[in-house]
Amino acid sequence: MDATITLTVDGRERTLTVDTRTTVLDALREHLDVTSPKKGCDHGQCGSCTVLLDGRRALPCLALAVAHDGADVTTADGLATDGELHPVARAFLDADAYQCGYCTPGQVCSAAAVLAEAGEGWPSAVTPDLDAERVTLDRSEIAERMSGNLCRCGAYANIVDAVASVAGTDGGAR
Amino acid sequence: MSTPEMLTPRAMGTPRRRVEGPAKVTGTARYAAEHPLDRPVHLHPVLATIPRGRVTAIDTSAAEAVDGVVAVLTTRDADALADTSDREFTVLQDDEIGFRGQYVGAVLADTPEAAREGADRVEVTYEQDDFRAVLDPDAGELYAPDAVNPAFATDSVIGDADAALGEAEVVVDATYTTATTHNNPLEPHSSIVVWEPDGGRFTIFDSTQGVSTTRSNVATVFGMDEADVDVISPHVGGGFGSKGNLHANVVLACLAARRVPGRPVKYPLTRQQMFSLVGYRTPTIQHVRLGATREGRLSALVHDVVEQTSRTKEFAEQTATYSRSVYAAPHRRTTHRLDMLDVPVPSWMRAPGECPGSFAAEVAMDELAVACDVDPVELRIRNEPDADPETGKPFSSRHLVECLRRGADRFGWSRRDPTPRARLVDGWWSGTGVAASAYPTNRSPGSGATIRYHRPAADGAEHWDVEIAAADIGTGARTVLGQIAADALGVDVDTVEVTVGDTAVPPATVAGGSSGTASWGSAVVDAAQRFRAKYGTDPSDGDEIEGATPENDWSEHYAMSAFGAQFAEVLVHADTGEVRVPRMLGVFAAGRILNPVTARSQFIGGMTMGLSMALHEDSVMDPRSGHVVNHDLANYHIASCADVGDMDAEWIDEEDPYVNPMGSKGIGEIGIVGAAAVVANAAYHATGVRVRSAPMLVDHFLD
Ligand code: FES
Ligand code: FES
Repeated sequence: MDATITLTVDGRERTLTVDTRTTVLDALREHLDVTSPKKGCDHGQCGSCTVLLDGRRALPCLALAVAHDGADVTTADGLATDGELHPVARAFLDADAYQCGYCTPGQVCSAAAVLAEAGEGWPSAVTPDLDAERVTLDRSEIAERMSGNLCRCGAYANIVDAVASVAGTDGGAR
Repeated sequence: MSTPEMLTPRAMGTPRRRVEGPAKVTGTARYAAEHPLDRPVHLHPVLATIPRGRVTAIDTSAAEAVDGVVAVLTTRDADALADTSDREFTVLQDDEIGFRGQYVGAVLADTPEAAREGADRVEVTYEQDDFRAVLDPDAGELYAPDAVNPAFATDSVIGDADAALGEAEVVVDATYTTATTHNNPLEPHSSIVVWEPDGGRFTIFDSTQGVSTTRSNVATVFGMDEADVDVISPHVGGGFGSKGNLHANVVLACLAARRVPGRPVKYPLTRQQMFSLVGYRTPTIQHVRLGATREGRLSALVHDVVEQTSRTKEFAEQTATYSRSVYAAPHRRTTHRLDMLDVPVPSWMRAPGECPGSFAAEVAMDELAVACDVDPVELRIRNEPDADPETGKPFSSRHLVECLRRGADRFGWSRRDPTPRARLVDGWWSGTGVAASAYPTNRSPGSGATIRYHRPAADGAEHWDVEIAAADIGTGARTVLGQIAADALGVDVDTVEVTVGDTAVPPATVAGGSSGTASWGSAVVDAAQRFRAKYGTDPSDGDEIEGATPENDWSEHYAMSAFGAQFAEVLVHADTGEVRVPRMLGVFAAGRILNPVTARSQFIGGMTMGLSMALHEDSVMDPRSGHVVNHDLANYHIASCADVGDMDAEWIDEEDPYVNPMGSKGIGEIGIVGAAAVVANAAYHATGVRVRSAPMLVDHFLD
C-alpha cells in the first residue's frame, strides 16, 4: 500500500509517495536522494542514521515515514548554515573525530542534540544532580550521551574532545 | 649496497586534516550504495537455513507474484560462471550448501520493501547432512595447512624446545583462547552494479579496500577482460580486512545485474547478512609454553595454535607468527592446526595473526613476569633480540625497548606496586598492565601512479594531479598520498590533488597488511622521479607520466617491523565484576609518521578495537544450527564511547631508510596488537584473577 506524505528536509518541503512499510531513513535515502544519514544496521542499534526529527535526535530507521507526515527533518548536511559548517562539524574536523566518516553525520547530529539537551538540564545515567537546571558536559557526560552512536573506526577519544571543545569543557585544550 | 636515499620531508610529517573532511562531517561524501542512478532494482537475497546439505526444491511462484518484483534468481537458473575454482565465489551454481547463510537465491524488485517481501516468500526445501559448526580439537581431524596467511610456513622449529623446557628453571604452560569476532565495519558491504549488454561491461560501485582487486576477481569469475569491469569506490565506510578480498555478495549482485541489463542493481547487505558472508576472525585455542631462567631470560618459546577453517574455502590465520619475531629464545617452535567446519569462510580481520597471537603471547609474558618476580617492562627488555630470532636477519630498525621505556615513564610505571589485588577504591579493584605490540612492515609490488601537471593559462598557478586506484577506508590515504607527492615533486602540498578508488586510474594493491601507504606511496615517488627526469623543473601544461612500485631489495637483508608498547589501567568492580578501562596509552615506533593527525587516529582506532575485543566481542555459534545467534549490533557488542576513557597514542621518531623512500611503516593494524593483552594483564594486577580468554566476562571475576 502506498501513501503520499510531506516532509521538510533540511528546510526544503518535499512531497513523496511511499510504501507504508518505508522508514523515514529509506524515504530520505531511496526516495529523496538525501544520503547524509547513513544506514549501519536498520535496527536502531548503531546510531549512524541519527537526524533531528522535529528538533530532537531520532533514529529514522526506526520511524515509519507514514507516521511522520509533516515532520521536520534536519540532517548533518542541513546543520550547515549559509555554507558555514555547524560548530560541531567544525570541531569534528579539528579533532579528527572520524576516520571512515560513515558514523560521522550521525555523530554530528547527536552531538548537536546533546548540547541542547544538556542546556535544558536533561540528566543522563551519570548525572550527579538530577534537578540541575543545566548539565555540565564533562568527559563522562559526553561519553555517556554519545554512546548510542557506534564508531567502528574507534574515534571515540577524539569525538569526546570535539564535543568538549564546543561545550567549552575541554579547558581550552583545542 | 649503500644506504638508500630518503625523501626530504617537508609536507610529510606535518599535521594535515583530511581533504575529504567537510564532505564526511556533513554526510555529502557518497558511499557505494549512495550513488544516484536512475531506476535502480533492489536486491534482497535468500539465504540457506541449513549448515550443510543441498537444496532439493525451490518454489518462487509466491515471490514472483509480489507487486514490484522484477525477477527471482535461484540455483536453478543463474548464469553459469566461467571460473568456479573458488567455492566462496561460486554463487548459485549448484545446490550444495556449505554453511548456513550461504546464498541460494535473490529477489530483484522496484523497491527494497518488495524485494524483501519477495525473498521471504521464496520457498526452499533442503536435505540436511551431518555437520559440525563449533571448533573442537577433540571432535575432528585437525590438519596442518600447506601455509598460513598469506604465505608463511605453517610450523617453525629452531633448536629443541621440549628439552629446553625440561631444563628451564621457570616454566609457564597455559592455554589461551580468543572468540570468533566479526569485522563489522559500520558501512555494510554494498554494491551497485550495472551490466551493459552491448560489449558486455560491468560498472560496479563497490565498498572495497581495493578496486583493482574487485576488478580482477570479477573478471576472473565471469571470464571477462579486466578492461570490461569498471569499479568505483571513492569513499569506504571502514573495512578492517573484510572488504579486502572479494566476497560472494559482489558476485551475486553481478549475476543479478545480468538479469536486468542496463538497470542498476543495488545491494547493500543487512547487518545480519554480514555475519555469514563477508569474513570474520576464527576463534583460536593457543597453547603457549615459556621456559626461562629465574631472572626471566627465555630459553624456550612454544606457541601451538588450533583454529577453524571452512569446508567452503580454506583460510589459515597466521596466529603464531607473532611469536616468531618478538622475543629472543634459543629454542623455539610454532605450529598451526586447523579444524575444518561447516561454517562461513573466515578471512582477514585487522592484524590477522598478530592480533589473536599477541593476546596469548603477551599474557604469557605477564605470567612469566609474575612467576620470576620480574617487572613486566623489564622482562620484555631482558628478552629483546639482537636480530630477528628466526631468520637471524638484522632489523632495519627496532625500538621496542624505547617504546617500553617512554611509555613506562609517561604512564607513571615506576610508582607501580606489583602486588596483585592490593588496591580497592570505592568498590573497584584497580591495576595496571603492559604489553608489547609488533606488526610486520610490508610493501607489495603491483601499484602504478600517474602524475600530471597543469598550468592554467589565466593565472599561471600550477596544479598537479596524482592518480592511483588506492583505497581510503578511513586511513587518510588520500591526504597522505598528497603529502608524499608534494615532497617527491618538491612542490607545495596544496597544489596536489589526489584521485583514489577508481579503476579508471592506474591499478593499486589492496589496503591490507598495513601496506597501503608504503606500496602506493612508493609508486607515487617513482612517478614523481620519472616526471622530473623527463620534464625537469619547467614542465609544460598537460605533461604526465606513470610510475610503479619498485621491488624492495633491502627486504632480503633486513627484517622489517613496527613495534610498540601499550599500557592500561583497569578497574574491576568487586561485587559485579564489571570491567572498566579508564586509561590506555600506546607508544609506537613505526618509522616516519607521515601525518601525525591521521596516524594518531589509526593508532587509537586500533587500540579501541583491541579494547573492544578484550571486553565485548564474541560471535556465538549455535552448534545445533550453524548460526551466529547474536548477529546484530545489539547483541554482538563492540566498544562504545563510554567504554573509552583517557586514551592516547604517541610515537618515537624512527629513521628507517630501508623500508621505502618515505621511511614509513604501516600503522593501520599495530594498534590492535597487544591491546587485548594489556587489558587482561592490568585486570590480573587489579584482581589477582588471571583471565586467559578474550573477551573477559564478569563471570571471570566473580567467585
Ligand atoms: S541505521 Fe539507524 S540506528 Fe543503525
Ligand atoms: S569514523 Fe568510521 S565508523 Fe566512525
